[in-house]
Amino acid sequence: MVRFVARRLISMALVLFAISILTFLIVQAIPNGDPAQRLAGRTSTPETVAAIRRTWGFDKPIYVQYAITMKKVFTGTVISYHQQVNVLGEIRRDLPATLSLSIGAGILWLAAGVGFGLFSAITAGRFTDRALTALSLVGVSTPVFLVGAVMLYLLAFKLGIFPNGGYVPLTQDPIQWLYHLLLPWTALSVLFVGIYSRVLRSNVLDTINEDFVRTARAKGLAERRVLVHHVLRNSMVPIVSLWGLDFAAVIGGGAILTESVFNLQGVGQYAAQSIGALDVPPVLVVTMFGAFFVVMLSAVVDVLYAALDPRIRLSG
Amino acid sequence: MATQPAAADTAPPPAVERFAGDEGPRPAAGIGPYRLAARRLGRNRVALAFGALFLVIVALCLCAPLYARHVAHTGPNDNHVTDTVLVGGEVRDVVSPQGIPTGPTWHGRFLLGADANGRDIAVRLLYGGRNSLEVGFVATALTMVLAALIGLLAGYFRGPLDGVLARVLDLIWAYPAVLLGVALGTALALGGLNLGLFKLSGNSLLVPAVIIGVVYVPYVAKPIRGQVLGLREKEFVDAARTQGMRSAQIMSAELLPNVASTLIVFLPLIVANAILLEAGLSYLGAGVQDPNPSWGTMISDGIRLIPSAIHLTLVPGVMLVAAVLGINVFGDGVRDALDPRAQVRLEH
Repeated sequence: MVRFVARRLISMALVLFAISILTFLIVQAIPNGDPAQRLAGRTSTPETVAAIRRTWGFDKPIYVQYAITMKKVFTGTVISYHQQVNVLGEIRRDLPATLSLSIGAGILWLAAGVGFGLFSAITAGRFTDRALTALSLVGVSTPVFLVGAVMLYLLAFKLGIFPNGGYVPLTQDPIQWLYHLLLPWTALSVLFVGIYSRVLRSNVLDTINEDFVRTARAKGLAERRVLVHHVLRNSMVPIVSLWGLDFAAVIGGGAILTESVFNLQGVGQYAAQSIGALDVPPVLVVTMFGAFFVVMLSAVVDVLYAALDPRIRLSG
Repeated sequence: MATQPAAADTAPPPAVERFAGDEGPRPAAGIGPYRLAARRLGRNRVALAFGALFLVIVALCLCAPLYARHVAHTGPNDNHVTDTVLVGGEVRDVVSPQGIPTGPTWHGRFLLGADANGRDIAVRLLYGGRNSLEVGFVATALTMVLAALIGLLAGYFRGPLDGVLARVLDLIWAYPAVLLGVALGTALALGGLNLGLFKLSGNSLLVPAVIIGVVYVPYVAKPIRGQVLGLREKEFVDAARTQGMRSAQIMSAELLPNVASTLIVFLPLIVANAILLEAGLSYLGAGVQDPNPSWGTMISDGIRLIPSAIHLTLVPGVMLVAAVLGINVFGDGVRDALDPRAQVRLEH
């Protein structure tokens, strides 16, 4: 177990290191991006530009620049080229919106996906099953920003039931926070509910034919108990791992489209704005932040997987 | 045929086929797994209908130049802001002085209305479909080739090569896909790529296609590698090796046919997701570049004008969902036909 965790940690660090290099190269390779010129502003003399270039280290070879930037990232002093504010401060400002969106949507899509999937499996072959299957197929075929835009048009613009995007911090007004997040949660969940309900449906149908389910029925357990304790519990194992990975992917950049449609100032929006402004440090930090979530949660999922299903052993 | 021994892995024995309620007796042997799958797919009317829907959309998009020349009499990027159009007997501005474009006229010109630049939506829809589908197909082809190559090499040679390739896949997989797409898309859209012999201009369709193609490689390569790891221990690979076949031959002639069914199952899935990701990237301004239309760019243009002209969003949106839904349902049918476990599910 300890060996497994240690190996995962080392490979995690390696992947993050490679991602930071790759991102640095991609963003550095963007043309017309002399950062010294941009830091100095439009009305700068060549002398000030040269001075900035020296003090920020832009005249050094690219690997030295990378080292300087990474040192700043780890000491928490990394400054964006564009607005010249602390990047970590900006991320800390935007993180609540992203976390509110992802955690709420994550709970919603897990609950709805499992509910629909189970219901679909119990009524397999009947009308409700077919309707739910059709709905989930439409769900996985629709881009999140289209769902969001149509929702905003119908429910916010036409009917005026919901607010037209924006984010209210939880600490400021919990009711408004919830009210503003209901539509984004739903829009972001549509795709995942479609996937999860289909996966769970087929898992339940596979499990329901297993011997231990027949045993449970034979010893006279109530059908409800058989379904929840024996069938659902065993069908949930792949769902848990899927959920961990998808949740990580949503925090690590997947929420960017939802944030953009609903105008939630989250980390994804910040990343999009920084990429648009060709701002190297924020892009680097946000990408590593996203990759960190993906890598970390995938390790957690592996451990959890083994805990849920003793047949799986942890190995390298 | 050298691939015979593993054929039982990719399709159920004919006995199961009869069990599934097949009409009429049939010889128990002699039907290849793909013939069997094709027969099963042929019975799935829903999957075939949706596959046909997708094909119709592809055909319509291929006919875009014909429609533009003979019906709409305008090109995808032609501007008609100051023109007028006849709607229900009255003459209307294509784009009103307030900047609101006209809705559907249901006639040859501006069949589905105009956009804010006075361009014919129906024409752009078809041309945009060509771009969206092209990006989807090219990306999928790239994913499949790379994934098959990486999966075969890593699974067959194992050892250090497997280690390196596994890390590369981890890297792509952990890299936030949308962020990678947006970062690369923005970087390339501005300057293009110049590697001496190989030049890629910023507004080329290859830019989003390559990005999307790379993003999906791990999803396919990992299962292929796993399958190859198991297959390489089988007798038919030993037999091939003792016959003196080289590694490259074993991989292409022995192993590849045995993982082909997995590749086929992934194919429609990746096409559908590639089209969706293209739309997402275009929505964030990192996909197909203006003035080239794509369903994604059209939706994102439309969302800006959504209160006054919802048709700008709905028209490309419906088309996109219809195309992706078509290929998704068809892909489901293909998977059920090739996947032996599909029978287990039907038993319930």
